[in-house]
Amino acid sequence: MSPPPFEVVVADHGPTVLRICRAIVGAHDAEDVWSEIFLAALAAYPRLEPDSNVRGWLATISHRKAIDQIRKSNRGPLPVKRLPEAPGRWGEPAPRDDDLWDAVASLPTKQRGAVLYHYVAGLPYAEVGQLLDSSEAAARQAAADGMRALRSTVTRETS
Amino acid sequence: MTFERDILTRMNQHDDESVESMARLHARLVEAASSEDLLDVAYRILDTPVGSLLLAATTVGVVRIAFDAQGHDAVLDDLARRVRPRVLRAPSRLDPAARQLDEYFSGRRHSFELPLDLQLAHGFRRLVLGRLADLDYGSTASYAAVAVALGNPKVVRAVGTACATNPVPVVVPCHRVVRSDGSAGGYVGGVEAKRALLALETANRP
Repeated sequence: MSPPPFEVVVADHGPTVLRICRAIVGAHDAEDVWSEIFLAALAAYPRLEPDSNVRGWLATISHRKAIDQIRKSNRGPLPVKRLPEAPGRWGEPAPRDDDLWDAVASLPTKQRGAVLYHYVAGLPYAEVGQLLDSSEAAARQAAADGMRALRSTVTRETS
Repeated sequence: MTFERDILTRMNQHDDESVESMARLHARLVEAASSEDLLDVAYRILDTPVGSLLLAATTVGVVRIAFDAQGHDAVLDDLARRVRPRVLRAPSRLDPAARQLDEYFSGRRHSFELPLDLQLAHGFRRLVLGRLADLDYGSTASYAAVAVALGNPKVVRAVGTACATNPVPVVVPCHRVVRSDGSAGGYVGGVEAKRALLALETANRP
């Protein structure tokens, strides 16, 4: 199968990428990062092999651009592996009156990435592991930990 | 597990804000793509008396016009495969084409002045399309007559194929080619559309 028109890629994946951008870099920078992601994807699109996994390819570009943005808005460049595994929020709070997105944004980096890339982007754990520079098992564990943390945070806030 | 399902639903739902954001982001992407020369194929949909037409253009010119009957999604897939996959809905590149088609359908325009990109028509078919430009508004010619005009009466079937695969119908007026018995014959946009175009031109003939 040859790649679909890029318009289809934007329609199919644009909203998901925007949600992930908001959760990772904050609402303030999300649209700038989204624009960088899709412009970079558009530039590279003709070189994408037929039968490629568009979702995974786009997730890789998104992850890279989000990391770039985090580096820009933080003190200095830090490799992702050494970002503090402590709760932290990038940029401004989630844009909507949604406790959930605040909670997602507050997750430790790995857990947040695992939850977003698996549950929102829909990637299998093997690919999530690659994106996060860890193993499939570690990605699965991080997603499970993340969901557990969300459960306690969101339940506490709503009760 | 209902809690997990609830979270997943909440994380994946579209809200009004994201719909608005997507419209804004799409426009921004189109603008950036144009200025960085990454917009290989721009398209828009135009409502006309013969249904909605898909108009597509490269940087060279109009590359494709398609009727509803051809399936717009299938045509976009075809453009991605045969031209370039960098296809985006970007109306402004098609403004001149849309304006001239509007004038044509209101009977005020009798010929088009648009740059064309005929890369989707090859060899003999392209030659036929070039010949069709000679057919005047409101006139018709038979497939056989076009074959004769091309210097070879035997290519009448090939003329029919060239018309049936015309990538830019209406603007290249293959609808003016009819059967020798005067009946309309087939059309890439369906025979009803062909009759409608011929009737429009007859009514507005100078």
